[in-house]
Amino acid sequence: MEPTKTIQETEAEIIENFSMFDEWLDKYEYLIELGKNLESYPESEKTEEKLIKGCQSRVWLDDNFEDGRLWFKADSDAIITKGIISLLISVYNGRTPQEILSSDFSFIEKIGLKENLSPTRANGLVSMIETIRRRAAENV
Amino acid sequence: MNVTDIRNHFPILSEKLPGGQDLVYLDNAATSQRPNEVIDKYLQLSTRYNANIHRAVHYLAVEATDQYEKTREAVKDFIGAESAKEIIFTSGTTASINTVAYSYGEVFIGRGDNIIVSQAEHHSNIVPWQLLAERKGAEIRVLPVDDDGRLRIELLPGLIDKYTRLIAVCHISNVLGLVNPVKEIAEIAHKRGVHVLVDGAQGIVHENVNVKDLDCDFYVFSGHKMYAVPFTGVLYGKKEILDCMPPFLGGGEMIESVSLENGTTFAPLPGKFEAGTQNISGTPTLTAAIDLCKQLRDKEITDYQQQLAEYVMDALMSDERITLYGVPRGNISKIPLFSFTVKGAHHEDLALILDKMGIAVRSGQMCAEPLMDRFGVTGMVRASFAAYNTLEEARYFIKSLDRAIKMLV
Repeated sequence: MEPTKTIQETEAEIIENFSMFDEWLDKYEYLIELGKNLESYPESEKTEEKLIKGCQSRVWLDDNFEDGRLWFKADSDAIITKGIISLLISVYNGRTPQEILSSDFSFIEKIGLKENLSPTRANGLVSMIETIRRRAAENV
Repeated sequence: MNVTDIRNHFPILSEKLPGGQDLVYLDNAATSQRPNEVIDKYLQLSTRYNANIHRAVHYLAVEATDQYEKTREAVKDFIGAESAKEIIFTSGTTASINTVAYSYGEVFIGRGDNIIVSQAEHHSNIVPWQLLAERKGAEIRVLPVDDDGRLRIELLPGLIDKYTRLIAVCHISNVLGLVNPVKEIAEIAHKRGVHVLVDGAQGIVHENVNVKDLDCDFYVFSGHKMYAVPFTGVLYGKKEILDCMPPFLGGGEMIESVSLENGTTFAPLPGKFEAGTQNISGTPTLTAAIDLCKQLRDKEITDYQQQLAEYVMDALMSDERITLYGVPRGNISKIPLFSFTVKGAHHEDLALILDKMGIAVRSGQMCAEPLMDRFGVTGMVRASFAAYNTLEEARYFIKSLDRAIKMLV
Protein backbone atom coordinates (compact mmCIF):
# COMPACT_ATOMS: atom_id res chain seq x y z
CA MET A 1 0.00 0.00 0.00
CA GLU A 2 1.33 3.40 -0.95
CA PRO A 3 2.00 5.61 2.05
CA THR A 4 -0.48 8.41 2.62
CA LYS A 5 1.92 10.70 4.48
CA THR A 6 5.16 12.20 3.25
CA ILE A 7 8.53 11.03 4.58
CA GLN A 8 8.86 14.25 6.56
CA GLU A 9 5.40 13.82 8.11
CA THR A 10 6.13 10.23 9.14
CA GLU A 11 9.50 11.23 10.61
CA ALA A 12 7.88 14.07 12.54
CA GLU A 13 5.33 11.63 13.94
CA ILE A 14 8.07 9.24 15.13
CA ILE A 15 10.04 12.08 16.72
CA GLU A 16 6.85 13.24 18.45
CA ASN A 17 6.15 9.68 19.72
CA PHE A 18 9.65 9.35 21.13
CA SER A 19 9.57 12.78 22.77
CA MET A 20 6.94 11.40 25.14
CA PHE A 21 9.49 9.07 26.73
CA ASP A 22 11.47 10.65 29.53
CA GLU A 23 13.24 7.44 30.41
CA TRP A 24 15.53 5.51 28.10
CA LEU A 25 13.98 2.37 29.57
CA ASP A 26 10.56 3.27 28.13
CA LYS A 27 12.18 4.12 24.81
CA TYR A 28 13.83 0.72 24.60
CA GLU A 29 10.68 -1.06 25.72
CA TYR A 30 8.80 0.69 22.93
CA LEU A 31 11.48 -0.36 20.41
CA ILE A 32 11.36 -3.94 21.69
CA GLU A 33 7.58 -3.87 21.20
CA LEU A 34 8.00 -2.54 17.64
CA GLY A 35 10.60 -5.21 17.01
CA LYS A 36 8.29 -7.97 18.17
CA ASN A 37 5.52 -6.68 15.90
CA LEU A 38 7.67 -6.27 12.78
CA GLU A 39 6.08 -7.98 9.81
CA SER A 40 7.56 -11.43 9.62
CA TYR A 41 10.35 -12.05 7.17
CA PRO A 42 10.25 -15.41 5.40
CA GLU A 43 12.86 -17.86 6.76
CA SER A 44 13.54 -19.02 3.19
CA GLU A 45 14.68 -15.49 2.34
CA LYS A 46 17.34 -15.47 5.07
CA THR A 47 20.04 -16.28 2.55
CA GLU A 48 23.72 -15.35 2.59
CA GLU A 49 22.94 -12.95 -0.24
CA LYS A 50 20.42 -10.98 1.82
CA LEU A 51 22.51 -11.06 4.98
CA ILE A 52 24.39 -8.02 6.17
CA LYS A 53 27.03 -9.61 8.38
CA GLY A 54 28.22 -7.70 11.40
CA CYS A 55 30.16 -8.15 14.57
CA GLN A 56 27.01 -7.44 16.54
CA SER A 57 23.55 -8.19 15.14
CA ARG A 58 22.80 -9.74 11.79
CA VAL A 59 20.40 -7.98 9.44
CA TRP A 60 18.62 -9.48 6.44
CA LEU A 61 17.31 -7.06 3.85
CA ASP A 62 15.23 -7.70 0.76
CA ASP A 63 14.08 -5.00 -1.60
CA ASN A 64 11.82 -4.71 -4.63
CA PHE A 65 11.33 -1.95 -7.16
CA GLU A 66 7.75 -1.93 -8.44
CA ASP A 67 5.71 0.75 -10.24
CA GLY A 68 8.32 3.38 -9.50
CA ARG A 69 8.43 2.65 -5.76
CA LEU A 70 10.83 0.77 -3.51
CA TRP A 71 9.58 -1.89 -1.11
CA PHE A 72 11.62 -3.31 1.72
CA LYS A 73 11.45 -6.35 3.95
CA ALA A 74 14.01 -6.81 6.71
CA ASP A 75 14.76 -8.78 9.84
CA SER A 76 17.41 -9.06 12.52
CA ASP A 77 18.36 -11.50 15.24
CA ALA A 78 18.52 -8.63 17.76
CA ILE A 79 15.24 -7.16 18.94
CA ILE A 80 16.28 -3.50 19.41
CA THR A 81 17.76 -3.49 15.92
CA LYS A 82 14.47 -5.00 14.73
CA GLY A 83 12.61 -2.14 16.37
CA ILE A 84 14.74 0.36 14.49
CA ILE A 85 14.23 -1.61 11.27
CA SER A 86 10.51 -1.28 11.86
CA LEU A 87 10.90 2.50 12.08
CA LEU A 88 13.01 2.62 8.91
CA ILE A 89 10.46 0.55 7.03
CA SER A 90 7.57 2.73 8.20
CA VAL A 91 9.41 5.78 6.88
CA TYR A 92 10.89 4.46 3.63
CA ASN A 93 8.61 1.68 2.41
CA GLY A 94 6.70 2.39 -0.77
CA ARG A 95 8.55 5.62 -1.52
CA THR A 96 9.85 6.78 -4.86
CA PRO A 97 13.65 6.88 -5.23
CA GLN A 98 13.49 10.70 -5.36
CA GLU A 99 11.65 10.84 -2.05
CA ILE A 100 14.19 8.56 -0.38
CA LEU A 101 17.14 10.52 -1.72
CA SER A 102 15.63 13.76 -0.42
CA SER A 103 15.62 12.37 3.13
CA ASP A 104 18.67 12.82 5.35
CA PHE A 105 17.93 9.80 7.60
CA SER A 106 18.57 11.99 10.64
CA PHE A 107 15.42 11.06 12.55
CA ILE A 108 17.18 8.09 14.18
CA GLU A 109 19.63 10.51 15.75
CA LYS A 110 16.81 12.90 16.64
CA ILE A 111 15.06 10.22 18.67
CA GLY A 112 18.25 9.64 20.66
CA LEU A 113 19.46 6.41 19.09
CA LYS A 114 22.73 7.72 17.76
CA GLU A 115 24.76 4.99 19.45
CA ASN A 116 22.77 2.37 17.57
CA LEU A 117 24.27 3.75 14.39
CA SER A 118 27.83 4.01 15.62
CA PRO A 119 30.32 2.88 13.02
CA THR A 120 31.40 -0.29 14.80
CA ARG A 121 32.68 -2.95 12.48
CA ALA A 122 30.04 -3.73 9.87
CA ASN A 123 27.08 -2.32 11.76
CA GLY A 124 24.01 -3.95 10.19
CA LEU A 125 21.79 -0.90 10.56
CA VAL A 126 24.32 1.43 9.00
CA SER A 127 24.63 -0.99 6.08
CA MET A 128 20.84 -1.18 5.83
CA ILE A 129 20.55 2.58 5.48
CA GLU A 130 23.34 2.59 2.90
CA THR A 131 21.54 -0.13 0.95
CA ILE A 132 18.23 1.77 1.00
CA ARG A 133 20.04 4.85 -0.32
CA ARG A 134 21.94 2.87 -2.96
CA ARG A 135 18.82 1.15 -4.25
CA ALA A 136 17.10 4.53 -4.50
CA ALA A 137 20.05 5.98 -6.41
CA GLU A 138 20.11 2.98 -8.77
CA ASN A 139 16.44 3.35 -9.59
CA VAL A 140 16.13 7.09 -10.14
CA MET B 1 46.29 -0.24 49.05
CA ASN B 2 42.58 -1.06 48.90
CA VAL B 3 40.17 -0.71 46.01
CA THR B 4 39.27 2.89 46.90
CA ASP B 5 42.95 3.85 46.86
CA ILE B 6 43.36 2.17 43.50
CA ARG B 7 40.36 3.99 42.06
CA ASN B 8 41.88 7.31 43.05
CA HIS B 9 44.71 6.63 40.61
CA PHE B 10 42.25 6.57 37.68
CA PRO B 11 40.65 9.96 36.98
CA ILE B 12 38.06 8.60 34.51
CA LEU B 13 36.47 6.45 37.21
CA SER B 14 35.10 9.45 39.06
CA GLU B 15 33.57 10.98 35.93
CA LYS B 16 29.80 10.82 35.38
CA LEU B 17 28.38 9.62 32.08
CA PRO B 18 26.31 12.12 30.04
CA GLY B 19 23.15 10.42 31.33
CA GLY B 20 24.25 11.11 34.90
CA GLN B 21 25.10 7.46 35.70
CA ASP B 22 28.32 6.36 37.34
CA LEU B 23 30.64 4.64 34.90
CA VAL B 24 30.92 0.92 35.57
CA TYR B 25 33.74 -0.06 33.25
CA LEU B 26 33.78 -3.79 32.59
CA ASP B 27 35.54 -3.80 29.23
CA ASN B 28 39.05 -4.06 30.64
CA ALA B 29 40.05 -6.96 28.42
CA ALA B 30 39.66 -4.60 25.45
CA THR B 31 41.62 -1.78 27.02
CA SER B 32 42.25 -0.76 30.61
CA GLN B 33 41.72 2.74 31.95
CA ARG B 34 44.73 4.96 32.51
CA PRO B 35 46.17 5.89 35.89
CA ASN B 36 47.64 9.28 36.83
CA GLU B 37 51.15 7.79 36.84
CA VAL B 38 50.87 6.92 33.15
CA ILE B 39 49.13 10.16 32.22
CA ASP B 40 51.83 12.15 34.05
CA LYS B 41 54.59 10.16 32.38
CA TYR B 42 53.05 10.73 28.97
CA LEU B 43 52.81 14.44 29.65
CA GLN B 44 56.38 14.54 30.96
CA LEU B 45 57.67 12.78 27.84
CA SER B 46 55.96 15.36 25.64
CA THR B 47 56.95 18.39 27.66
CA ARG B 48 60.45 17.43 28.83
CA TYR B 49 61.92 14.54 26.89
CA ASN B 50 60.79 14.97 23.33
CA ALA B 51 63.63 14.16 20.96
CA ASN B 52 64.37 11.37 18.54
CA ILE B 53 66.29 8.60 20.22
CA HIS B 54 69.52 6.71 19.48
CA ARG B 55 70.78 9.33 17.05
CA ALA B 56 71.77 12.80 18.13
CA VAL B 57 74.31 13.69 20.81
CA HIS B 58 72.40 16.65 22.26
CA TYR B 59 71.02 16.74 25.78
CA LEU B 60 67.36 16.06 24.93
CA ALA B 61 68.20 13.15 22.66
CA VAL B 62 70.32 11.58 25.38
CA GLU B 63 67.56 12.02 27.96
CA ALA B 64 64.88 10.63 25.63
CA THR B 65 67.09 7.66 24.78
CA ASP B 66 67.65 7.05 28.46
CA GLN B 67 63.89 7.02 29.14
CA TYR B 68 63.38 4.57 26.30
CA GLU B 69 66.19 2.20 27.22
CA LYS B 70 65.30 2.23 30.93
CA THR B 71 61.90 0.98 29.83
CA ARG B 72 63.53 -1.93 28.04
CA GLU B 73 65.31 -2.81 31.28
CA ALA B 74 62.06 -2.51 33.24
CA VAL B 75 60.26 -4.84 30.81
CA LYS B 76 63.15 -7.29 30.90
CA ASP B 77 62.96 -7.46 34.70
CA PHE B 78 59.15 -7.59 34.70
CA ILE B 79 59.00 -10.72 32.53
CA GLY B 80 62.28 -12.24 33.69
CA ALA B 81 64.06 -12.19 30.34
CA GLU B 82 67.75 -13.06 30.13
CA SER B 83 68.80 -9.85 28.42
CA ALA B 84 67.32 -6.50 27.40
CA LYS B 85 68.38 -7.38 23.84
CA GLU B 86 65.49 -9.85 23.83
CA ILE B 87 62.95 -7.07 24.33
CA ILE B 88 61.70 -5.56 21.07
CA PHE B 89 59.27 -2.65 21.25
CA THR B 90 56.35 -2.76 18.84
CA SER B 91 52.99 -1.03 18.54
CA GLY B 92 51.18 -3.89 20.25
CA THR B 93 50.46 -7.61 20.36
CA THR B 94 49.21 -7.69 16.77
CA ALA B 95 52.37 -6.01 15.48
CA SER B 96 54.53 -8.36 17.55
CA ILE B 97 52.85 -11.46 16.14
CA ASN B 98 53.03 -10.12 12.59
CA THR B 99 56.74 -9.44 13.05
CA VAL B 100 57.33 -13.03 14.12
CA ALA B 101 55.03 -14.46 11.44
CA TYR B 102 56.90 -12.60 8.75
CA SER B 103 60.46 -12.70 9.99
CA TYR B 104 60.56 -16.08 11.74
CA GLY B 105 58.48 -17.42 8.86
CA GLU B 106 61.11 -16.32 6.34
CA VAL B 107 63.74 -18.57 7.89
CA PHE B 108 61.95 -21.33 9.74
CA ILE B 109 58.83 -22.11 7.66
CA GLY B 110 58.93 -23.87 4.29
CA ARG B 111 56.53 -25.67 1.99
CA GLY B 112 54.78 -28.55 3.73
CA ASP B 113 55.61 -27.32 7.25
CA ASN B 114 52.84 -26.74 9.75
CA ILE B 115 51.96 -24.32 12.53
CA ILE B 116 49.59 -25.21 15.35
CA VAL B 117 47.17 -22.63 16.75
CA SER B 118 44.45 -23.20 19.32
CA GLN B 119 40.75 -22.87 18.64
CA ALA B 120 40.58 -20.15 21.30
CA GLU B 121 42.90 -17.65 19.61
CA HIS B 122 42.18 -14.01 18.94
CA HIS B 123 42.12 -13.25 15.20
CA SER B 124 45.50 -11.54 15.71
CA ASN B 125 47.01 -14.90 16.56
CA ILE B 126 45.36 -16.65 13.60
CA VAL B 127 45.43 -14.37 10.58
CA PRO B 128 49.21 -13.61 10.53
CA TRP B 129 49.83 -17.40 10.51
CA GLN B 130 47.29 -17.92 7.76
CA LEU B 131 49.02 -15.26 5.67
CA LEU B 132 52.38 -16.93 6.34
CA ALA B 133 50.98 -20.37 5.49
CA GLU B 134 49.63 -19.03 2.23
CA ARG B 135 52.96 -17.39 1.37
CA LYS B 136 55.00 -20.46 2.13
CA GLY B 137 52.64 -23.29 1.27
CA ALA B 138 52.47 -24.33 4.91
CA GLU B 139 49.55 -25.78 6.85
CA ILE B 140 47.64 -24.51 9.91
CA ARG B 141 46.59 -27.14 12.46
CA VAL B 142 44.11 -26.51 15.24
CA LEU B 143 44.26 -27.56 18.87
CA PRO B 144 40.61 -27.73 19.95
CA VAL B 145 38.99 -26.72 23.25
CA ASP B 146 36.50 -28.85 25.20
CA ASP B 147 32.96 -27.84 26.21
CA ASP B 148 34.29 -25.99 29.25
CA GLY B 149 36.70 -24.05 27.05
CA ARG B 150 39.83 -25.86 28.23
CA LEU B 151 42.53 -26.62 25.67
CA ARG B 152 42.51 -30.30 24.81
CA ILE B 153 46.18 -30.51 25.53
CA GLU B 154 46.09 -34.33 25.45
CA LEU B 155 45.62 -34.02 21.68
CA LEU B 156 48.72 -31.87 21.24
CA PRO B 157 51.35 -34.65 20.93
CA GLY B 158 49.25 -36.23 18.16
CA LEU B 159 49.04 -32.96 16.23
CA ILE B 160 52.81 -32.54 16.17
CA ASP B 161 54.74 -34.26 13.43
CA LYS B 162 58.19 -33.80 11.96
CA TYR B 163 56.94 -30.86 9.88
CA THR B 164 55.59 -28.91 12.86
CA ARG B 165 57.64 -25.75 13.46
CA LEU B 166 55.67 -23.57 15.84
CA ILE B 167 52.76 -23.57 18.28
CA ALA B 168 51.02 -20.20 18.70
CA VAL B 169 48.80 -20.15 21.75
CA CYS B 170 47.32 -17.58 24.10
CA HIS B 171 48.32 -17.49 27.75
CA ILE B 172 44.73 -16.51 28.59
CA SER B 173 41.95 -16.39 26.00
CA ASN B 174 40.24 -13.00 25.65
CA VAL B 175 36.90 -14.84 25.58
CA LEU B 176 37.29 -17.71 28.03
CA GLY B 177 39.59 -16.19 30.64
CA LEU B 178 41.12 -19.56 31.48
CA VAL B 179 44.83 -19.66 32.22
CA ASN B 180 46.30 -22.08 29.70
CA PRO B 181 49.08 -24.46 30.76
CA VAL B 182 51.63 -22.77 28.51
CA LYS B 183 54.59 -24.13 30.44
CA GLU B 184 53.38 -27.68 29.81
CA ILE B 185 52.75 -26.83 26.15
CA ALA B 186 56.32 -25.53 25.83
CA GLU B 187 57.63 -28.74 27.40
CA ILE B 188 55.70 -30.93 24.95
CA ALA B 189 56.74 -28.73 22.03
CA HIS B 190 60.43 -28.53 22.90
CA LYS B 191 60.73 -32.29 23.26
CA ARG B 192 59.78 -32.46 19.60
CA GLY B 193 61.91 -29.50 18.49
CA VAL B 194 58.93 -27.18 18.05
CA HIS B 195 58.98 -23.47 18.96
CA VAL B 196 56.27 -21.79 21.03
CA LEU B 197 54.82 -18.28 20.78
CA VAL B 198 52.63 -17.19 23.66
CA ASP B 199 50.09 -14.42 23.08
CA GLY B 200 50.23 -12.70 26.44
CA ALA B 201 47.79 -9.84 25.74
CA GLN B 202 45.59 -10.92 28.66
CA GLY B 203 48.19 -13.01 30.49
CA ILE B 204 50.59 -10.16 31.27
CA VAL B 205 47.80 -8.31 33.09
CA HIS B 206 46.77 -11.11 35.42
CA GLU B 207 49.68 -13.51 35.79
CA ASN B 208 53.21 -13.22 37.12
CA VAL B 209 55.02 -13.91 33.89
CA ASN B 210 58.53 -15.31 33.88
CA VAL B 211 59.57 -16.18 30.35
CA LYS B 212 62.53 -18.26 31.52
CA ASP B 213 60.31 -20.35 33.75
CA LEU B 214 57.64 -20.73 31.03
CA ASP B 215 60.48 -21.43 28.61
CA CYS B 216 58.46 -20.04 25.70
CA ASP B 217 60.39 -18.88 22.63
CA PHE B 218 58.27 -15.76 22.12
CA TYR B 219 56.00 -13.87 24.50
CA VAL B 220 54.07 -10.90 23.12
CA PHE B 221 51.79 -8.33 24.71
CA SER B 222 50.31 -4.83 24.50
CA GLY B 223 50.77 -1.88 26.83
CA HIS B 224 47.23 -0.53 26.64
CA LYS B 225 45.66 -3.50 28.42
CA MET B 226 48.06 -3.08 31.33
CA TYR B 227 47.46 0.64 31.96
CA ALA B 228 50.07 2.09 29.55
CA VAL B 229 49.12 4.16 26.50
CA PRO B 230 48.02 2.55 23.22
CA PHE B 231 50.52 1.75 20.46
CA THR B 232 52.98 0.36 22.95
CA GLY B 233 53.80 -3.30 22.77
CA VAL B 234 56.45 -5.89 23.41
CA LEU B 235 57.90 -8.76 21.48
CA TYR B 236 60.07 -10.96 23.67
CA GLY B 237 62.07 -13.60 21.85
CA LYS B 238 64.94 -15.85 22.80
CA LYS B 239 68.12 -14.22 21.59
CA GLU B 240 69.37 -17.21 19.63
CA ILE B 241 66.13 -17.29 17.61
CA LEU B 242 65.86 -13.52 17.12
CA ASP B 243 69.46 -13.53 15.90
CA CYS B 244 68.53 -15.94 13.11
CA MET B 245 65.55 -13.89 12.00
CA PRO B 246 65.88 -11.29 9.20
CA PRO B 247 64.52 -7.76 9.76
CA PHE B 248 60.80 -7.26 9.18
CA LEU B 249 60.64 -3.55 8.35
CA GLY B 250 63.57 -1.73 6.76
CA GLY B 251 64.49 1.87 7.47
CA GLY B 252 66.28 4.04 9.96
CA GLU B 253 67.61 2.68 13.24
CA MET B 254 67.67 -0.98 12.17
CA ILE B 255 70.82 -0.69 10.05
CA GLU B 256 74.50 -0.99 10.72
CA SER B 257 75.70 0.35 7.41
CA VAL B 258 73.92 1.27 4.17
CA SER B 259 75.59 1.36 0.80
CA LEU B 260 73.96 1.71 -2.58
CA GLU B 261 76.74 -0.37 -4.11
CA ASN B 262 77.47 -3.02 -1.53
CA GLY B 263 74.07 -3.39 0.11
CA THR B 264 73.10 -2.96 3.73
CA THR B 265 74.11 -4.65 6.94
CA PHE B 266 71.80 -4.69 9.90
CA ALA B 267 72.07 -3.52 13.47
CA PRO B 268 72.31 -6.12 16.21
CA LEU B 269 69.37 -6.80 18.55
CA PRO B 270 67.12 -5.14 19.47
CA GLY B 271 67.63 -2.37 16.89
CA LYS B 272 67.30 -4.80 13.99
CA PHE B 273 63.55 -5.00 14.64
CA GLU B 274 62.93 -1.35 15.49
CA ALA B 275 62.87 0.42 12.12
CA GLY B 276 61.91 4.07 11.90
CA THR B 277 61.15 6.53 14.67
CA GLN B 278 59.88 4.64 17.66
CA ASN B 279 56.97 5.50 19.94
CA ILE B 280 59.19 7.84 21.94
CA SER B 281 56.36 9.41 23.90
CA GLY B 282 54.40 6.22 24.47
CA THR B 283 56.73 3.32 25.12
CA PRO B 284 58.29 4.78 28.32
CA THR B 285 54.81 4.93 29.90
CA LEU B 286 55.31 1.17 30.25
CA THR B 287 57.65 1.84 33.19
CA ALA B 288 54.87 3.62 35.11
CA ALA B 289 52.40 0.91 34.11
CA ILE B 290 54.76 -1.86 35.25
CA ASP B 291 55.26 -0.16 38.62
CA LEU B 292 51.50 -0.05 39.10
CA CYS B 293 51.02 -3.66 37.95
CA LYS B 294 53.54 -4.75 40.56
CA GLN B 295 51.68 -2.84 43.29
CA LEU B 296 48.39 -4.37 42.18
CA ARG B 297 49.72 -7.85 42.87
CA ASP B 298 49.62 -7.09 46.57
CA LYS B 299 47.75 -9.79 48.53
CA GLU B 300 45.07 -7.47 49.90
CA ILE B 301 44.16 -6.50 46.34
CA THR B 302 44.26 -9.96 44.83
CA ASP B 303 42.18 -11.36 47.70
CA TYR B 304 39.52 -8.74 47.07
CA GLN B 305 39.56 -9.51 43.34
CA GLN B 306 39.21 -13.18 44.10
CA GLN B 307 36.18 -12.47 46.24
CA LEU B 308 34.66 -10.36 43.47
CA ALA B 309 35.39 -13.01 40.85
CA GLU B 310 33.76 -15.73 42.95
CA TYR B 311 30.67 -13.62 43.47
CA VAL B 312 30.22 -12.95 39.73
CA MET B 313 31.03 -16.53 38.83
CA ASP B 314 28.45 -17.93 41.29
CA ALA B 315 25.79 -15.48 40.17
CA LEU B 316 26.25 -16.32 36.48
CA MET B 317 26.63 -20.07 36.99
CA SER B 318 23.54 -20.36 39.18
CA ASP B 319 21.32 -18.49 36.71
CA GLU B 320 19.63 -20.97 34.41
CA ARG B 321 19.02 -18.36 31.71
CA ILE B 322 22.77 -17.84 31.33
CA THR B 323 25.44 -19.98 29.67
CA LEU B 324 28.98 -19.14 30.76
CA TYR B 325 31.91 -20.01 28.47
CA GLY B 326 35.23 -20.85 30.04
CA VAL B 327 34.52 -22.82 33.20
CA PRO B 328 37.48 -23.40 35.49
CA ARG B 329 37.80 -27.00 36.61
CA GLY B 330 40.62 -29.01 38.09
CA ASN B 331 43.89 -27.12 38.13
CA ILE B 332 42.80 -24.56 35.52
CA SER B 333 42.21 -21.10 37.00
CA LYS B 334 40.18 -18.25 35.55
CA ILE B 335 40.73 -14.50 35.58
CA PRO B 336 37.77 -12.21 36.36
CA LEU B 337 36.60 -12.26 32.75
CA PHE B 338 33.15 -13.65 32.01
CA SER B 339 31.75 -14.29 28.54
CA PHE B 340 28.21 -15.56 28.36
CA THR B 341 25.03 -15.84 26.32
CA VAL B 342 21.45 -15.57 27.51
CA LYS B 343 18.73 -17.82 26.18
CA GLY B 344 16.31 -15.77 24.08
CA ALA B 345 18.25 -12.48 24.39
CA HIS B 346 20.71 -11.21 21.81
CA HIS B 347 24.16 -10.09 22.97
CA GLU B 348 23.80 -6.73 21.27
CA ASP B 349 20.46 -6.01 22.97
CA LEU B 350 21.92 -6.89 26.36
CA ALA B 351 24.94 -4.66 25.82
CA LEU B 352 22.80 -1.74 24.61
CA ILE B 353 20.55 -1.93 27.67
CA LEU B 354 23.49 -2.36 30.07
CA ASP B 355 25.11 0.68 28.47
CA LYS B 356 22.04 2.72 29.36
CA MET B 357 22.56 1.60 32.95
CA GLY B 358 26.11 2.96 32.82
CA ILE B 359 27.76 -0.43 32.39
CA ALA B 360 30.37 -0.85 29.66
CA VAL B 361 30.61 -4.45 28.50
CA ARG B 362 31.79 -5.95 25.24
CA SER B 363 29.43 -7.82 22.95
CA GLY B 364 29.87 -9.62 19.67
CA GLN B 365 32.39 -12.06 18.30
CA MET B 366 35.26 -10.55 20.27
CA CYS B 367 37.72 -11.12 17.42
CA ALA B 368 37.42 -14.86 17.95
CA GLU B 369 35.04 -16.09 15.27
CA PRO B 370 36.37 -19.68 15.29
CA LEU B 371 35.59 -19.90 19.00
CA MET B 372 32.07 -18.52 18.43
CA ASP B 373 31.57 -21.23 15.80
CA ARG B 374 32.91 -23.84 18.22
CA PHE B 375 30.17 -22.96 20.70
CA GLY B 376 27.54 -22.44 17.99
CA VAL B 377 26.82 -18.80 18.80
CA THR B 378 26.99 -15.58 16.75
CA GLY B 379 28.38 -13.61 19.67
CA MET B 380 28.60 -13.30 23.43
CA VAL B 381 28.52 -10.64 26.12
CA ARG B 382 31.77 -10.19 28.02
CA ALA B 383 32.28 -8.52 31.38
CA SER B 384 35.98 -8.21 32.22
CA PHE B 385 37.05 -6.78 35.57
CA ALA B 386 40.21 -4.95 36.63
CA ALA B 387 41.74 -4.25 40.01
CA TYR B 388 39.77 -1.00 40.28
CA ASN B 389 36.37 -2.65 39.98
CA THR B 390 34.44 -2.94 43.24
CA LEU B 391 32.12 -5.55 44.69
CA GLU B 392 29.36 -2.93 44.59
CA GLU B 393 29.91 -2.60 40.85
CA ALA B 394 29.80 -6.39 40.48
CA ARG B 395 26.48 -6.52 42.37
CA TYR B 396 25.09 -3.65 40.31
CA PHE B 397 26.15 -5.49 37.14
CA ILE B 398 24.39 -8.70 38.17
CA LYS B 399 21.25 -6.80 39.17
CA SER B 400 21.26 -4.78 35.93
CA LEU B 401 21.81 -7.89 33.85
CA ASP B 402 18.75 -9.46 35.46
CA ARG B 403 16.72 -6.35 34.64
CA ALA B 404 17.97 -6.35 31.03
CA ILE B 405 17.10 -10.02 30.59
CA LYS B 406 13.59 -9.43 31.95
CA MET B 407 13.09 -6.65 29.40
CA LEU B 408 14.12 -8.91 26.54
CA VAL B 409 12.82 -12.36 27.39
